Amino acid sequence: MSVRLAVDIGGTFTDFALETPTQSFTAKVLTTPTEPERAVLEGTVQILAQAGLSPDALDLVVHGTTLATNAIIERKGAKVAFLTTEGFRDVLAMGTESRYDQYDLQIDLPEPLVPRRLRLPVRERLDRAGRVLVPLDEEGVRALLPVLRAEEVEALAVGFLHAYINPCHEHRVREILRDVRPDLPVTLSSEVSPEMREYERFSTTVANAYVQPLMDRYLSRLEDGLRTLGVRAPLLMMLSSGGLCSVETARRFPVRLVESGPAGGAIFAAATAREAGLTRVLSYDMGGTTAKVCLVDDFRPRTARAFEVARVGRFKKGSGLPLRIPVVEMVEIGAGGGSIARVDSLGRIAVGPESAGADPGPACYGRGGTRPTVTDANLLLGRYDPDRFAGGRLALQADRAEAAMAGHVAEPQGIDVATAAVGVVEIVDEAMANAARVHAIEAGTALEGRTLIAFGGGGPVHAARVAEKIGIDEVLVPPGAGVGSAIGFLRAPVAYEVVRSLYQRLASLDVARINALFAEMRAEAEAIVAQGAPGRAEEEERLAFMRYVGQGHEIAVRLPNRPLNEADHATLRAAYDSAYAATYNRPVPGADIEILAFALRLVASADPPPPVRAAMSTAAAEPITRPVRDPVSGLVDPWTIYDRSALAVGAAIAGPAIIAEDETSTLVPLGWRARIDEHGYIRLTRGRKASP
Amino acid sequence: MKDAAPHRPTAPLAALERIRLQVMWNRLIAVVEEQAQTMIRTAFSTTVREAGDLSAGIFDLQGRMLAQAVTGTPGHVNSMAESVAHFLRAFPPETMLPGDHYITNDPWLATGHLHDLTVVTPAFRDGHLVALFANTAHVIDVGGLGMGPEGRSVFEEGLTIPIVKCFEQGRPNDTFFAFLRANSRTPAELEGDVYSLCACNEAGVRRLVAMMEEYGLDSIGPLAEAIFDASLKATLAEIARLPQGTWRAELTSDGYDEPIRLCAALSVREGAIEVDYAGTSPLASRGINVPPAYTRAYTCFGLKVVIAPEVPNNWASLLPFRITIPPGSILNAPRPYPVSVRHVIGQLLPDLMMGCLAQVVPERVAAEGSSSLWNPPLRGGPQVSGPRATCPDFEIITFNSGGTGARWAKDGLSACAFPSGVRTMPVEATENAAPIIIWRKELRPDSAGAGRTRGGFGQTMVIGAADDAEFAVNAIFDRVGNPPRGRFGGKDGAPGAVLRDDGVVLRTKGYQVIPAGRRLVLHLPGGGGMGDPRERDPALVARDVADGLISPEAAARDYGFVKDTA
Repeated sequence: MSVRLAVDIGGTFTDFALETPTQSFTAKVLTTPTEPERAVLEGTVQILAQAGLSPDALDLVVHGTTLATNAIIERKGAKVAFLTTEGFRDVLAMGTESRYDQYDLQIDLPEPLVPRRLRLPVRERLDRAGRVLVPLDEEGVRALLPVLRAEEVEALAVGFLHAYINPCHEHRVREILRDVRPDLPVTLSSEVSPEMREYERFSTTVANAYVQPLMDRYLSRLEDGLRTLGVRAPLLMMLSSGGLCSVETARRFPVRLVESGPAGGAIFAAATAREAGLTRVLSYDMGGTTAKVCLVDDFRPRTARAFEVARVGRFKKGSGLPLRIPVVEMVEIGAGGGSIARVDSLGRIAVGPESAGADPGPACYGRGGTRPTVTDANLLLGRYDPDRFAGGRLALQADRAEAAMAGHVAEPQGIDVATAAVGVVEIVDEAMANAARVHAIEAGTALEGRTLIAFGGGGPVHAARVAEKIGIDEVLVPPGAGVGSAIGFLRAPVAYEVVRSLYQRLASLDVARINALFAEMRAEAEAIVAQGAPGRAEEEERLAFMRYVGQGHEIAVRLPNRPLNEADHATLRAAYDSAYAATYNRPVPGADIEILAFALRLVASADPPPPVRAAMSTAAAEPITRPVRDPVSGLVDPWTIYDRSALAVGAAIAGPAIIAEDETSTLVPLGWRARIDEHGYIRLTRGRKASP
Repeated sequence: MKDAAPHRPTAPLAALERIRLQVMWNRLIAVVEEQAQTMIRTAFSTTVREAGDLSAGIFDLQGRMLAQAVTGTPGHVNSMAESVAHFLRAFPPETMLPGDHYITNDPWLATGHLHDLTVVTPAFRDGHLVALFANTAHVIDVGGLGMGPEGRSVFEEGLTIPIVKCFEQGRPNDTFFAFLRANSRTPAELEGDVYSLCACNEAGVRRLVAMMEEYGLDSIGPLAEAIFDASLKATLAEIARLPQGTWRAELTSDGYDEPIRLCAALSVREGAIEVDYAGTSPLASRGINVPPAYTRAYTCFGLKVVIAPEVPNNWASLLPFRITIPPGSILNAPRPYPVSVRHVIGQLLPDLMMGCLAQVVPERVAAEGSSSLWNPPLRGGPQVSGPRATCPDFEIITFNSGGTGARWAKDGLSACAFPSGVRTMPVEATENAAPIIIWRKELRPDSAGAGRTRGGFGQTMVIGAADDAEFAVNAIFDRVGNPPRGRFGGKDGAPGAVLRDDGVVLRTKGYQVIPAGRRLVLHLPGGGGMGDPRERDPALVARDVADGLISPEAAARDYGFVKDTA
């Protein structure tokens, strides 16, 4: 094992994790938004000093950043022109023609990244089979050049109808432009997202062009900076899909980096699951403003082929820009420690998505916040030691929390402050449980029998109650939860996924065509993986996206890692039927099956996990007790408070108890037991009948 | 909003119970959402899985709706709710068994036309019936003339399914499925959709039972009472904020062969809003008639989006809306009048409600919009051209929307589905499903009604068959003779137009053949504007001119905008 550094740029902090064959280190520095590489370089110097290493000792640097996401959210990307099929310049503006909130007359829809005057129609047309109905008007393309110059366009996107099946016109446009404007980067829809459905494909194409110049400049500065520092290790970038790629690939398809930070968190959970040998997991990351849940099966986060970025209706599905790229599939809701509680027009307690953020923060921070938050509720229930919060850097003020809770929740509800606090945590826990349930149904899987892996500042506090609500009996809290994403980067494999649309009926499978397609996809993935992990052994996964003929949603079905033959018809049918039954338990007898698309994922073997952590201090401090209110019974009992660093491997604790550490607290409610396992993980288990 | 009445803190135990009921209410809304998502994932008809033309909800044993999925279309609001009472009459609770599923598509027992299937499923806990789940979905084909206005009675419009068991204690009713398959152009999809509707209710049942176990509930009665109590109070509080009185509005639809007048008088009373449709045109001879449940559905929606948008839909939140529909009017179609495309009229009702409410709360309404969906059912092959056909039979429908009306402080939305909320299908997916080429689908310049805030832009579509073969359209379009009107000095949106590409004007409703070599051109209406256009921010006019959405001539005429002065 080598010396590896991971860097995760987040909105507030840039997190670092460094691992050597024998030790691991973490660090946090404030993000420098205008020149993000400054924080990266500063933290790198800092963590190397901490480890006593020189820059040339690094063997690998892994990096993830929210830069691309923020550019889209804040509309700070490049000026892009979008060349598209005549008659379809408004695909980006019209979207799905629907409203994401049926009952709100005042909704706004997301503005396209390219204004209409820069959505430039080009005469050409292909049919669904890729045959040319109208040849490309090459003169028309050249005639657009003065517009590009006059508007000082910085990047180009090209999206034609049915280009996923035949990219000839898109390729020709690039050739024409390259001759006259070699300075302009060009994104083709047939390369960035070669799948059917023009709105999602065009949206992805334009987003790629929009962030490309910015990411290109940033990556150049970062590479220069690291070189100047004396770092000689290769730099790999974290992808939204949870894999890694080379800087060169990141430059070509920067849109694939958009969700890389949260993906790191999911990889962290997946790596934890692997070490603990847990095959069915729900990853649960709760921070200051949001909570994210993600399904992890067989040590891999579930992935999807599409997601939305920059939602204008906060956290409302359908209110963002769709991106069709491989991505770790997760649900993010506006439920964090800073989420604000209120009483709605129906007299119900509602929590979030509005957040007090870090400034002013919860009322108990004493920085001017006057509205009650989830953190205030937790404090009022006795879950935090006011003097130990955030490692003692911030003394919490219970009287401020109480005043806020009284004025905004208890009085309007006509109840006491303590019960109001119970209400706030119950409502926020319920919201997270509901998000997890809907996520599971959308993924076509069940939550029962999974283990919840909880991290982030709020995850371990709320984990047991959320688990109860979704029928989960086991919770695992890994150490290092504060920089989970960065640690996750170190566990990520170099991997790349290629998806291609190819319509097939199972009854009339064109085996030769499918095999040829897979060969192409394999070559494309190999080239990219080889850049990032030269010489590594590769593992391949083939998928078909299948459904009953006439259905609208596909199920991913695993294919054998070899060319298909005629006899595989029956294998595929059986694989599909069992996958469908597992999800919806009502297979449709006799219905034919169709395949919409195929995917190939190539994964280079990852570095092995670090050695088992040494047992921690066994100098057991005498545990204290504190009155804590239980949200289920509403009663106050003395709970035992333990210090996590004082618990040795094998320590066993019966609830009710709290295991406190600097960045978070793990709640062990009545009916739960905690144990410190051989990895230093806290393992919570529930006796089934203990909770109502 | 704070409760108006002062409260004294209640005893902690009662307070805790109050919290628990709030948490369970949230859970119930999640349960019905899960129910709806299961349908979308498993449905076969594009109308459900792509467009979202569905709804799902949970009911108590008296047939009162407790919660409804937010995913879904307003046309099913409370029409599905009314439907459950009919199911209970046909199959009283004591006859229901676990694994039973009941179905109907009767327009007068369910949601207003034969293309909507409604399935009701009983939920049992420990052998006791505790609740009912219902859902409704719009399927592609139930035989007959197909989706369109041409029928002269419901018997021509397709197969009617009375309330029957489609599954009995988990076993499919083979006789039912045999009849179903034999009466559809798309038998496999239709059968698959019924399976999907049952799977969707089963998902709801599982989640409800899990919740009742978690909270140790034997009955949902106390939860239902808490939901109804809070919802009724919240709706009444919103009504109490309005001045009392009566306001009237009118609206004209193109109709099938003659214009239809829709008249409403809206009265705000103590604890109720009453709507009376007296004066509305009589029944039509073709399928644009609206069964009363559908009229009530879109009336309630129009009232709710303005008056109480935050209150979730349930039996109690809809109680204070009282609707009188004169017998014999087009909004009160009796059996066996044809009703297939009742949405064309029904989807105009929210505009009519806002016409009344504009006089009460002008800042909370929108100007009139395109409103009725523009869904061209397209058909080709031998069923259109007989032996001359050059392609096999096909049948396809796409969903498209014009502009919505301007809002008080915001422009209308361009090409956006209000009130139906259903999505369009990707052109590439449509072309993959049938031999159709959509040559143009983009915003229609100069279609938005001018105003201080302008309407949303409509869109233009040009559609041909592959190889420019002959095909037919079963037109169901409105707002051609009667464009969406502006409010408070705002201009009207551009009227729709239905043409051939050689300029020949087509009828707005009814079956018409587009000959080989010709294409169908649809100009969808724009939304009406609001307020004096001369008060509009010139920078916004300049933006629309630069974007090519408003011509310089229209900018000068409507807004007094000349580029150099901007």
